[in-house]
Amino acid sequence: MDAVDQRRCLVVVGNGMAGARTVEEILERGGGDQFAITMFGEEPYGNYNRILLSNVLSGVDDEAGIFLNDMSWYAENGITLHAGTRVIRIDRFARRIYADDGTETPYDKLIIATGSRAFVPPIPGIHRPGRGYHQGVFAFRTIDDTRNMIRYAREHERAVVIGGGLLGLEAARGLQNHLAHVTLVHAAGHLMNAQLDAQAGAILRRSIERLGIEVVLGAHTTEVLGKHAVTGVKLKDGRTVACDVVVVAAGIRANAEMAATSGLPVERGIVVDDQMRVQDEVDIYSVGECVQHRGETYGLVAPLWEQARVLADHITGTNPNAAYHGSRLATKLKVAGVDVASMGLKEAERDDDETVVFAEPRKGVYKSIIIRDDRLVGATLLGDVQKVAFLMQAFDRGLALPKERVEMLFDLGAPSADVSAAELGDDVQVCNCNGVTKRALVDTVQGGVKTLTGVMDATRAGKGCGSCKGLVAQIVEWAADGKVEDDPAASWYVPGVPMPKAELMAVIREHGLKSVSAVFATLVPGGEEDAKSKMGLASLLRMMWGDEYVDERDARFINDRVHANIQRDGTFSVVPQIKGGVTTPAQLKRIAEVAEKYSVPLVKITGGQRIDLLGIRKEDLPSVWADLDMPSGYAYGKSFRTVKTCVGSDFCRFGVGDSTALGIAIEDRFKAIEGPGKMKLAVTGCPRNCAEAYVKDLGVVAIDGGRWEIYVGGAAGAHVRKGDLLAVVDSPDEVITLTGRFLQYYRESANWLERTYAWVPRLGIDHIRAVVVDDSDGIAARLDAAMAASVAAYRDPWLERRDPVTPGQFRTSLPLAVLPQVPVRDTVPVAVPGPVVPSIGSAVPGGGSADNGNGAGPASARRV
Amino acid sequence: MARLVAVEHQLGPVDEIPLGEGRAYAVGDDMIAVFRLRDGSLRAVSAVCPHAGGPLADGLVDMKVVVCPLHQNTFELATGCSTTGQSPLTVYPVRADADGRLVVGLPPA
Repeated sequence: MDAVDQRRCLVVVGNGMAGARTVEEILERGGGDQFAITMFGEEPYGNYNRILLSNVLSGVDDEAGIFLNDMSWYAENGITLHAGTRVIRIDRFARRIYADDGTETPYDKLIIATGSRAFVPPIPGIHRPGRGYHQGVFAFRTIDDTRNMIRYAREHERAVVIGGGLLGLEAARGLQNHLAHVTLVHAAGHLMNAQLDAQAGAILRRSIERLGIEVVLGAHTTEVLGKHAVTGVKLKDGRTVACDVVVVAAGIRANAEMAATSGLPVERGIVVDDQMRVQDEVDIYSVGECVQHRGETYGLVAPLWEQARVLADHITGTNPNAAYHGSRLATKLKVAGVDVASMGLKEAERDDDETVVFAEPRKGVYKSIIIRDDRLVGATLLGDVQKVAFLMQAFDRGLALPKERVEMLFDLGAPSADVSAAELGDDVQVCNCNGVTKRALVDTVQGGVKTLTGVMDATRAGKGCGSCKGLVAQIVEWAADGKVEDDPAASWYVPGVPMPKAELMAVIREHGLKSVSAVFATLVPGGEEDAKSKMGLASLLRMMWGDEYVDERDARFINDRVHANIQRDGTFSVVPQIKGGVTTPAQLKRIAEVAEKYSVPLVKITGGQRIDLLGIRKEDLPSVWADLDMPSGYAYGKSFRTVKTCVGSDFCRFGVGDSTALGIAIEDRFKAIEGPGKMKLAVTGCPRNCAEAYVKDLGVVAIDGGRWEIYVGGAAGAHVRKGDLLAVVDSPDEVITLTGRFLQYYRESANWLERTYAWVPRLGIDHIRAVVVDDSDGIAARLDAAMAASVAAYRDPWLERRDPVTPGQFRTSLPLAVLPQVPVRDTVPVAVPGPVVPSIGSAVPGGGSADNGNGAGPASARRV
Repeated sequence: MARLVAVEHQLGPVDEIPLGEGRAYAVGDDMIAVFRLRDGSLRAVSAVCPHAGGPLADGLVDMKVVVCPLHQNTFELATGCSTTGQSPLTVYPVRADADGRLVVGLPPA
């Protein structure tokens, strides 16, 4: 190490998935500048994905393919790796660790990630005195175990696997690849008893037996037989099973002896707090399967990733408040070729727990869910895991559940995904916006694109109105034959920044990132900007920072650069503000005059009751706005659009509330508010619903007695959905308060481009009502204040007509007609030998428009 | 008369294109979208999206691609190739001369 190295020494004991992942996370947070990192690994390799050892055993993966980081990674990151070296003791007072090669290493911070080892029950005959396992007996834990097992199994015939849990099933299936007979002996009454109930276990057994694996249940192994090598196992009931290979897969135990002998607190694992710090220690941390946190130990990979992130946040000071609160365990895997998903409880525990069970043993299908207090607390799926995504979400986030519980297990009323995807004709147009056929999707998948978003990007299917996304997903799944790869980007807010929204917002705040380019520079590895992320980030930052947001025009979509809606021919449509749909003869005259003056090809009343002037050339926009002299009606952005109203009580003989006045008030207050998607509202004066308030992002309905109903999450566009009733209130003021709070909550928590019709059902109306109406999270005042700040920041963008923000802001980008050519000038092009015809092209200053007074035309064009 | 080499054309000043944006220029019979990327480098491609005639100079760009504002078709600025299955764009050599003016090269006619 360099003599002037000022970095503190970080020593990591354990080079497996947890240790290496923690180091990766630390490096990602700039920890390489803070720490000189030394790692110890007992195995003589870089680190590898232990989960994939099953694939190595079954021949699906090559050994080389399971390495996460090979030796060069350590060198590249300046990590000193002691591979093949076991740490035997920690002296926590002297802050040193001692290894079996006789070395001692000082540390400032220590991370113990020793993981777990195979649990080998004390069965007589399993060991040979003085030489480890009996000839033919293997544990299934390391790459060396796997290699030895494969080598040995190839030359033998019959295997017994002890243990019918996850690992045992995987081992049994893998071993079938190498020898003819495999018997699974399991002490419990059914397979995978930790995850499944007895009925599911029985169905799994049938599926496993169908694969040709013999299963013996209730089988306690009492002896491993054989003098020089294994010849069989003896069971408690006296039976013997002949075999020449025994694989022990009876579970795992935390590898914590070294920690315990070094005086650290160890119960079932090394006891840690929420920062992954070993109890009562200042500088010693622990992570992974060797850890006991709040009484729990974990043997799955997801909790380990969470722990690694918290530890890295904490130790690097990136987020000193990072805390691990434990994990809710949900797994979805293919065990020995059978789809299995399980989460939470496997059986009802209380009298009033609701259970729904469906079993079809012949097909190997079993589904059960356990509901407590209207929340999903457990689910098991076997053989058919189509609904797993919803169930996992419901389990993780406590989503509202459908009243018809059976909908959680099946897609009702529609042909099943398999049938519909398989049976669709090749030429059927799946995406009706972009004209993408089933064949195009299948070709793309077969061309090697295995993620849904990858296929959508390549074909643009689902990128129009989005209503076909579900079907696209089914077809991709079908075409990939179930081998669709999870797209890590699926949870990201925008495709170019690897973070979900909440995390993204937290980091943006923490670093004070106020411009889109700052976000890219700080949060994207390599600092690379991404065109497809710019608009979403611009919207998010604007919402978060208000006036402090540093506006970069190149991050805006063209509509937001020129404050009008781009049309198919490259012209724009202009919609002046007409609050609540109420206008005046004077306004109408002015609009008519502008339409005539600029030869507007189409004047149209919009679906939102506004007047649309279509076909305005970009270069004419500033003068059109000037002549209209009305504010923007915001018909272009991902923003608050319009409030549609009916006549209400003034003239209508049925109206029970003044919908017009309230609509105007709402539109006046929230005009121009940007969000993850557009927001279309309506207020209607009676339940006849002339303003179609039931199918708006937020719709208000006057009911008799001076009260108002507020519906949210409605849609009548690409999706049709009746909104959910949020609240019934007594006054227009309350409507405005709840509208602001609802919209702010939507702005803060919806995904980019996620309209309220998707967001409301995703969170559940009960949850939204609790937050927005009952203030269950105690954030109502903050939401109100945030919305008020956004409201206060309103500025009519059409005022940019006086002073363009960027050069050429309103210059045309397209030759709509034959372009005026700029005459050739006598400038000889540089460095071009040979005969040249000097000529100069130039920018197009607006096709001879009557008024080009925006100063956007380049100088050369002016010289015409 | 047949021309055998690229012909260079001088367009307007570089700084009439804001950083990170594009502007369209008519050069001879071609419409060319010139982009000034955030690092200051220049790219030039044909200005009209081959899919439905969209104005590419109005599109969002990063260091690699331009996204057509009409239907989000995407093209690599360096090669003109589409990543969304459309026909490729023509790529033009472009640079700034000593006076800070855009110079774009047209292939020989």
